[in-house]
Amino acid sequence: MRCRKCDERAVINMRHHKLALCAEHYGEWFIAQTERAIEKYKMFSRDERILVAVSGGKDSLSLWDVLLRLGYQADGLYIGLGINDPEPYSDLSLEKTRQFVAHGEWRVANRADNDSAPLAPRPSPILHVVDIPATYGKSIPEISRAKARGQGKPCSACGLTKRYVMNRLALEKGYTVLATGHNLDDEVAVLFQNTLRWQTGYLARQAPVLPASREGLTRKVKPLCRFYERETAAYALARGIDYIYAECPHAVGNLTNFYKTLLNQLETESPGSKLAFYLEFLRARGQGVFDKYNRADELHACETCGQPTSAPGRCAFCRMWDVSAIVR
Amino acid sequence: MQITYRDKKLEVKPGSTARDALKKLSIDPESVLIVVNGKLVTDDAILREQDEVKLVAVVSGG
Repeated sequence: MRCRKCDERAVINMRHHKLALCAEHYGEWFIAQTERAIEKYKMFSRDERILVAVSGGKDSLSLWDVLLRLGYQADGLYIGLGINDPEPYSDLSLEKTRQFVAHGEWRVANRADNDSAPLAPRPSPILHVVDIPATYGKSIPEISRAKARGQGKPCSACGLTKRYVMNRLALEKGYTVLATGHNLDDEVAVLFQNTLRWQTGYLARQAPVLPASREGLTRKVKPLCRFYERETAAYALARGIDYIYAECPHAVGNLTNFYKTLLNQLETESPGSKLAFYLEFLRARGQGVFDKYNRADELHACETCGQPTSAPGRCAFCRMWDVSAIVR
Repeated sequence: MQITYRDKKLEVKPGSTARDALKKLSIDPESVLIVVNGKLVTDDAILREQDEVKLVAVVSGG
Protein backbone atom coordinates (compact mmCIF):
# COMPACT_ATOMS: atom_id res chain seq x y z
CA MET A 1 0.00 0.00 0.00
CA ARG A 2 1.31 3.41 -0.97
CA CYS A 3 1.05 6.80 0.71
CA ARG A 4 -1.83 8.96 -0.58
CA LYS A 5 0.50 11.97 -0.78
CA CYS A 6 3.66 10.45 -2.26
CA ASP A 7 4.82 7.11 -3.61
CA GLU A 8 6.51 5.92 -0.44
CA ARG A 9 5.33 2.80 1.29
CA ALA A 10 2.49 3.54 3.74
CA VAL A 11 3.02 2.82 7.45
CA ILE A 12 -0.64 3.12 8.39
CA ASN A 13 -3.98 2.62 6.69
CA MET A 14 -6.84 4.41 8.44
CA ARG A 15 -9.90 2.74 6.97
CA HIS A 16 -12.32 5.10 8.75
CA HIS A 17 -10.67 8.03 6.94
CA LYS A 18 -9.92 6.05 3.75
CA LEU A 19 -6.38 7.33 4.14
CA ALA A 20 -2.99 5.57 3.98
CA LEU A 21 0.17 7.57 4.71
CA CYS A 22 3.94 7.10 4.85
CA ALA A 23 5.87 7.86 8.06
CA GLU A 24 6.70 11.43 7.09
CA HIS A 25 3.23 12.40 5.94
CA TYR A 26 1.60 10.56 8.83
CA GLY A 27 3.64 12.63 11.31
CA GLU A 28 2.60 15.83 9.55
CA TRP A 29 -1.05 14.75 9.38
CA PHE A 30 -1.12 13.79 13.08
CA ILE A 31 0.29 17.15 14.16
CA ALA A 32 -2.09 19.10 11.90
CA GLN A 33 -5.09 17.14 13.19
CA THR A 34 -4.06 17.78 16.79
CA GLU A 35 -3.80 21.49 16.12
CA ARG A 36 -7.23 21.41 14.47
CA ALA A 37 -8.74 19.77 17.56
CA ILE A 38 -7.08 22.34 19.84
CA GLU A 39 -8.62 25.15 17.78
CA LYS A 40 -12.00 23.51 17.15
CA TYR A 41 -12.68 22.89 20.83
CA LYS A 42 -10.93 26.12 21.95
CA MET A 43 -8.64 24.17 24.27
CA PHE A 44 -5.92 26.75 24.83
CA SER A 45 -4.08 29.62 23.21
CA ARG A 46 -0.44 30.15 22.28
CA ASP A 47 0.33 32.26 25.33
CA GLU A 48 -0.96 29.82 27.93
CA ARG A 49 1.25 27.56 30.03
CA ILE A 50 0.20 23.93 29.61
CA LEU A 51 0.87 21.10 32.01
CA VAL A 52 0.91 17.71 30.27
CA ALA A 53 0.19 14.67 32.44
CA VAL A 54 2.80 12.13 31.31
CA SER A 55 2.95 8.46 32.19
CA GLY A 56 5.73 7.22 29.90
CA GLY A 57 3.10 5.64 27.64
CA LYS A 58 2.39 6.16 23.94
CA ASP A 59 -0.46 8.64 24.33
CA SER A 60 1.01 11.11 26.79
CA LEU A 61 4.48 11.15 25.22
CA SER A 62 2.99 11.57 21.74
CA LEU A 63 0.88 14.45 23.02
CA TRP A 64 3.85 16.13 24.64
CA ASP A 65 5.93 15.64 21.49
CA VAL A 66 3.24 17.22 19.29
CA LEU A 67 2.68 20.21 21.60
CA LEU A 68 6.43 20.90 21.75
CA ARG A 69 6.76 20.62 17.96
CA LEU A 70 3.84 23.05 17.60
CA GLY A 71 5.73 25.47 19.82
CA TYR A 72 3.42 25.47 22.84
CA GLN A 73 4.77 26.14 26.32
CA ALA A 74 4.18 22.59 27.51
CA ASP A 75 5.77 21.18 30.65
CA GLY A 76 5.26 17.67 31.98
CA LEU A 77 4.00 16.17 35.22
CA TYR A 78 4.93 12.59 36.06
CA ILE A 79 3.27 11.02 39.10
CA GLY A 80 5.24 8.12 40.59
CA LEU A 81 2.62 5.68 41.86
CA GLY A 82 4.99 3.13 43.39
CA ILE A 83 3.65 0.26 41.27
CA ASN A 84 6.76 -1.90 41.14
CA ASP A 85 5.48 -5.35 41.93
CA PRO A 86 5.84 -7.83 40.28
CA GLU A 87 7.59 -5.75 37.58
CA PRO A 88 9.13 -2.27 38.09
CA TYR A 89 6.33 -0.61 36.11
CA SER A 90 6.55 2.82 37.75
CA ASP A 91 10.36 2.95 37.70
CA LEU A 92 10.46 2.01 34.02
CA SER A 93 7.78 4.50 33.03
CA LEU A 94 9.69 7.32 34.77
CA GLU A 95 12.85 6.23 32.96
CA LYS A 96 11.05 6.40 29.58
CA THR A 97 9.73 9.85 30.44
CA ARG A 98 13.16 11.14 31.43
CA GLN A 99 14.63 9.67 28.22
CA PHE A 100 12.01 11.51 26.20
CA VAL A 101 12.99 14.83 27.80
CA ALA A 102 16.72 14.20 27.38
CA HIS A 103 16.82 12.67 23.92
CA GLY A 104 13.41 13.15 22.24
CA GLU A 105 13.34 14.13 18.59
CA TRP A 106 11.06 17.04 19.46
CA ARG A 107 14.32 18.84 20.31
CA VAL A 108 15.13 19.29 16.63
CA ALA A 109 13.57 22.54 15.50
CA ASN A 110 11.64 22.57 12.23
CA ARG A 111 13.23 24.41 9.37
CA ALA A 112 12.17 25.37 5.90
CA ASP A 113 13.71 23.17 3.19
CA ASN A 114 15.56 26.08 1.61
CA ASP A 115 16.86 27.42 4.90
CA SER A 116 20.44 26.31 5.49
CA ALA A 117 21.11 28.46 8.55
CA PRO A 118 21.52 26.36 11.69
CA LEU A 119 18.62 26.57 14.11
CA ALA A 120 18.96 26.33 17.84
CA PRO A 121 17.29 23.25 19.31
CA ARG A 122 14.10 23.84 21.22
CA PRO A 123 14.64 24.56 24.92
CA SER A 124 13.94 21.66 27.27
CA PRO A 125 10.58 21.70 29.01
CA ILE A 126 10.30 21.23 32.76
CA LEU A 127 9.47 17.75 34.01
CA HIS A 128 7.76 17.88 37.42
CA VAL A 129 7.94 14.59 39.29
CA VAL A 130 5.70 13.85 42.27
CA ASP A 131 6.67 10.60 43.95
CA ILE A 132 3.63 9.37 45.88
CA PRO A 133 5.37 6.94 48.30
CA ALA A 134 8.06 9.53 49.12
CA THR A 135 5.49 12.31 49.59
CA TYR A 136 2.65 10.49 51.33
CA GLY A 137 4.35 7.45 52.85
CA LYS A 138 2.67 4.66 50.87
CA SER A 139 2.49 3.43 47.31
CA ILE A 140 -0.88 3.34 45.52
CA PRO A 141 -1.32 -0.44 46.03
CA GLU A 142 -0.42 -0.02 49.72
CA ILE A 143 -2.90 2.79 50.41
CA SER A 144 -5.55 0.90 48.49
CA ARG A 145 -5.05 -2.19 50.65
CA ALA A 146 -4.84 -0.17 53.86
CA LYS A 147 -8.12 1.60 53.13
CA ALA A 148 -9.86 -1.43 51.56
CA ARG A 149 -10.78 0.88 48.71
CA GLY A 150 -11.66 -0.27 45.20
CA GLN A 151 -12.72 -3.91 45.81
CA GLY A 152 -9.22 -5.34 45.67
CA LYS A 153 -8.07 -3.13 42.78
CA PRO A 154 -6.03 0.04 43.37
CA CYS A 155 -7.52 1.85 40.34
CA SER A 156 -9.98 3.91 42.39
CA ALA A 157 -7.26 5.12 44.80
CA CYS A 158 -4.99 5.74 41.82
CA GLY A 159 -7.54 7.85 39.94
CA LEU A 160 -8.40 9.93 43.00
CA THR A 161 -4.73 10.56 43.79
CA LYS A 162 -3.78 11.45 40.21
CA ARG A 163 -6.70 13.86 39.77
CA TYR A 164 -5.84 15.59 43.04
CA VAL A 165 -2.10 15.88 42.43
CA MET A 166 -2.55 17.06 38.83
CA ASN A 167 -5.02 19.79 39.77
CA ARG A 168 -3.06 20.91 42.79
CA LEU A 169 0.31 21.10 41.04
CA ALA A 170 -1.15 22.91 38.04
CA LEU A 171 -2.64 25.58 40.30
CA GLU A 172 0.44 25.91 42.49
CA LYS A 173 2.81 26.26 39.54
CA GLY A 174 0.62 28.67 37.60
CA TYR A 175 -0.48 26.44 34.70
CA THR A 176 -3.87 27.41 33.28
CA VAL A 177 -4.44 24.14 31.41
CA LEU A 178 -3.95 20.49 32.20
CA ALA A 179 -3.63 18.31 29.07
CA THR A 180 -4.06 14.55 29.17
CA GLY A 181 -3.37 11.95 26.48
CA HIS A 182 -6.88 10.45 26.34
CA ASN A 183 -7.49 9.04 22.87
CA LEU A 184 -10.76 8.25 21.09
CA ASP A 185 -10.76 4.64 22.29
CA ASP A 186 -10.52 5.84 25.90
CA GLU A 187 -13.40 8.24 25.32
CA VAL A 188 -15.54 5.72 23.47
CA ALA A 189 -15.02 3.04 26.13
CA VAL A 190 -16.25 5.48 28.81
CA LEU A 191 -19.10 6.60 26.57
CA PHE A 192 -20.11 2.99 25.94
CA GLN A 193 -20.04 2.19 29.66
CA ASN A 194 -22.08 5.26 30.58
CA THR A 195 -24.57 4.62 27.79
CA LEU A 196 -25.06 0.99 28.83
CA ARG A 197 -25.99 2.22 32.29
CA TRP A 198 -27.64 5.47 31.15
CA GLN A 199 -25.42 7.45 33.48
CA THR A 200 -26.82 10.72 32.23
CA GLY A 201 -24.86 12.87 34.68
CA TYR A 202 -21.57 11.40 33.45
CA LEU A 203 -22.68 11.68 29.82
CA ALA A 204 -23.43 15.37 30.39
CA ARG A 205 -19.90 15.97 31.64
CA GLN A 206 -17.91 13.98 29.04
CA ALA A 207 -16.21 16.43 26.68
CA PRO A 208 -12.86 17.28 25.04
CA VAL A 209 -12.66 20.30 27.39
CA LEU A 210 -13.68 20.47 31.02
CA PRO A 211 -13.69 24.18 31.77
CA ALA A 212 -12.27 25.63 34.97
CA SER A 213 -15.78 26.50 35.98
CA ARG A 214 -14.95 27.01 39.66
CA GLU A 215 -12.14 28.61 41.54
CA GLY A 216 -9.55 25.98 42.46
CA LEU A 217 -10.18 23.78 39.41
CA THR A 218 -7.85 23.77 36.40
CA ARG A 219 -9.21 23.52 32.85
CA LYS A 220 -8.69 19.99 31.54
CA VAL A 221 -8.27 19.22 27.86
CA LYS A 222 -7.85 16.11 25.70
CA PRO A 223 -6.16 17.16 22.42
CA LEU A 224 -5.87 13.54 21.15
CA CYS A 225 -9.54 12.70 21.69
CA ARG A 226 -10.23 12.25 17.96
CA PHE A 227 -7.39 9.76 17.32
CA TYR A 228 -7.82 6.02 17.54
CA GLU A 229 -5.49 4.36 20.03
CA ARG A 230 -3.85 2.64 17.09
CA GLU A 231 -3.03 6.04 15.62
CA THR A 232 -1.35 7.42 18.74
CA ALA A 233 0.73 4.24 18.97
CA ALA A 234 1.62 4.55 15.27
CA TYR A 235 2.68 8.17 15.77
CA ALA A 236 4.96 7.15 18.65
CA LEU A 237 6.50 4.32 16.61
CA ALA A 238 6.87 6.41 13.46
CA ARG A 239 8.57 9.18 15.45
CA GLY A 240 10.84 6.81 17.33
CA ILE A 241 9.35 7.73 20.72
CA ASP A 242 10.53 5.07 23.14
CA TYR A 243 7.48 4.51 25.34
CA ILE A 244 6.65 1.85 27.91
CA TYR A 245 4.90 -1.02 26.10
CA ALA A 246 3.88 -2.80 29.28
CA GLU A 247 0.51 -2.00 30.65
CA CYS A 248 -0.12 -1.17 34.31
CA PRO A 249 -0.39 -4.64 35.92
CA HIS A 250 -3.59 -3.57 37.68
CA ALA A 251 -5.28 -2.53 34.43
CA VAL A 252 -4.87 -5.93 32.76
CA GLY A 253 -8.29 -7.50 32.23
CA ASN A 254 -10.24 -4.51 33.51
CA LEU A 255 -13.65 -3.44 32.24
CA THR A 256 -12.27 -0.60 30.10
CA ASN A 257 -10.08 -3.04 28.18
CA PHE A 258 -13.01 -5.40 27.75
CA TYR A 259 -15.14 -2.64 26.23
CA LYS A 260 -12.24 -1.57 24.01
CA THR A 261 -11.91 -5.12 22.72
CA LEU A 262 -15.64 -5.28 21.93
CA LEU A 263 -15.56 -1.90 20.19
CA ASN A 264 -12.52 -2.93 18.14
CA GLN A 265 -14.39 -6.01 16.93
CA LEU A 266 -17.20 -3.71 15.84
CA GLU A 267 -14.70 -1.39 14.14
CA THR A 268 -13.11 -4.28 12.24
CA GLU A 269 -16.49 -5.28 10.81
CA SER A 270 -17.71 -1.73 10.30
CA PRO A 271 -14.88 0.81 9.90
CA GLY A 272 -15.66 4.22 11.35
CA SER A 273 -18.10 2.96 14.01
CA LYS A 274 -16.04 4.23 16.95
CA LEU A 275 -15.46 7.63 15.37
CA ALA A 276 -19.15 8.04 14.48
CA PHE A 277 -20.28 6.97 17.97
CA TYR A 278 -18.06 9.61 19.58
CA LEU A 279 -18.59 12.47 17.14
CA GLU A 280 -22.37 11.98 17.04
CA PHE A 281 -22.38 11.96 20.85
CA LEU A 282 -20.46 15.25 20.89
CA ARG A 283 -22.89 16.69 18.36
CA ALA A 284 -25.90 15.67 20.48
CA ARG A 285 -24.20 17.02 23.57
CA GLY A 286 -23.48 20.28 21.76
CA GLN A 287 -27.17 20.54 20.87
CA GLY A 288 -28.01 20.42 24.56
CA VAL A 289 -29.43 16.88 24.70
CA PHE A 290 -27.76 16.28 28.08
CA ASP A 291 -27.88 19.80 29.49
CA LYS A 292 -30.61 19.09 32.02
CA TYR A 293 -28.46 16.36 33.57
CA ASN A 294 -25.44 18.60 34.07
CA ARG A 295 -25.82 19.42 37.73
CA ALA A 296 -23.44 22.02 39.10
CA ASP A 297 -22.68 20.61 42.55
CA GLU A 298 -21.91 23.13 45.22
CA LEU A 299 -18.21 23.02 46.05
CA HIS A 300 -16.50 23.71 49.34
CA ALA A 301 -12.86 24.27 50.24
CA CYS A 302 -11.35 21.22 51.95
CA GLU A 303 -10.68 22.18 55.55
CA THR A 304 -7.23 20.55 55.39
CA CYS A 305 -5.77 21.36 51.97
CA GLY A 306 -8.12 24.00 50.56
CA GLN A 307 -8.80 22.10 47.33
CA PRO A 308 -12.41 22.06 46.07
CA THR A 309 -14.59 19.23 47.38
CA SER A 310 -18.27 18.39 46.96
CA ALA A 311 -19.01 17.93 50.67
CA PRO A 312 -18.05 20.18 53.60
CA GLY A 313 -15.09 18.98 55.71
CA ARG A 314 -12.07 17.12 54.39
CA CYS A 315 -11.84 16.15 50.73
CA ALA A 316 -11.75 12.51 49.63
CA PHE A 317 -7.98 12.71 49.03
CA CYS A 318 -7.20 14.01 52.53
CA ARG A 319 -9.51 11.44 54.08
CA MET A 320 -7.95 8.55 52.17
CA TRP A 321 -4.38 9.61 52.84
CA ASP A 322 -5.15 10.73 56.43
CA VAL A 323 -3.69 14.09 55.57
CA SER A 324 -4.08 16.44 58.49
CA ALA A 325 -1.41 19.05 57.99
CA ILE A 326 -0.61 19.70 54.34
CA VAL A 327 0.93 23.11 53.95
CA ARG A 328 -1.47 25.17 51.88
CA MET B 1 8.40 -18.31 10.49
CA GLN B 2 7.75 -16.63 13.82
CA ILE B 3 5.86 -13.54 14.92
CA THR B 4 6.46 -11.96 18.33
CA TYR B 5 3.35 -10.85 20.18
CA ARG B 6 3.19 -10.01 23.90
CA ASP B 7 6.42 -11.93 24.65
CA LYS B 8 5.10 -15.00 22.81
CA LYS B 9 6.41 -16.52 19.59
CA LEU B 10 3.68 -17.48 17.15
CA GLU B 11 4.18 -19.64 14.05
CA VAL B 12 2.87 -18.51 10.66
CA LYS B 13 3.48 -19.59 7.10
CA PRO B 14 5.94 -17.37 5.18
CA GLY B 15 4.65 -15.79 1.97
CA SER B 16 1.30 -14.77 3.42
CA THR B 17 0.22 -11.21 4.06
CA ALA B 18 0.24 -9.78 7.58
CA ARG B 19 -3.57 -9.50 7.31
CA ASP B 20 -3.89 -13.24 6.64
CA ALA B 21 -1.45 -14.04 9.43
CA LEU B 22 -3.52 -12.01 11.91
CA LYS B 23 -6.67 -13.76 10.78
CA LYS B 24 -5.05 -17.14 11.21
CA LEU B 25 -3.88 -16.20 14.70
CA SER B 26 -7.33 -14.77 15.59
CA ILE B 27 -5.85 -11.38 16.41
CA ASP B 28 -8.06 -8.35 15.80
CA PRO B 29 -6.21 -6.07 13.35
CA GLU B 30 -7.58 -3.02 15.17
CA SER B 31 -5.74 -4.05 18.33
CA VAL B 32 -2.18 -4.21 16.94
CA LEU B 33 0.39 -2.50 14.78
CA ILE B 34 2.71 -4.57 12.60
CA VAL B 35 6.45 -3.94 12.71
CA VAL B 36 8.65 -5.77 10.18
CA ASN B 37 12.41 -5.48 10.54
CA GLY B 38 11.93 -2.47 12.83
CA LYS B 39 9.59 -0.64 10.44
CA LEU B 40 5.89 -0.02 10.73
CA VAL B 41 3.97 -1.60 7.83
CA THR B 42 0.36 -1.92 6.66
CA ASP B 43 -1.41 -5.26 6.77
CA ASP B 44 -0.96 -5.99 3.06
CA ALA B 45 2.80 -6.50 3.64
CA ILE B 46 4.01 -9.96 2.64
CA LEU B 47 5.88 -11.72 5.42
CA ARG B 48 9.07 -13.50 4.38
CA GLU B 49 11.00 -16.25 6.12
CA GLN B 50 13.90 -14.01 7.12
CA ASP B 51 11.73 -11.11 8.37
CA GLU B 52 11.69 -10.16 12.01
CA VAL B 53 7.99 -9.56 12.69
CA LYS B 54 6.59 -8.02 15.82
CA LEU B 55 3.00 -7.18 16.69
CA VAL B 56 2.67 -4.18 18.99
CA ALA B 57 -0.46 -4.29 21.13
CA VAL B 58 -2.11 -0.89 21.20
CA VAL B 59 -4.94 -1.37 23.68
CA SER B 60 -4.29 -0.04 27.15
CA GLY B 61 -6.73 0.85 29.85
CA GLY B 62 -4.99 2.43 32.79
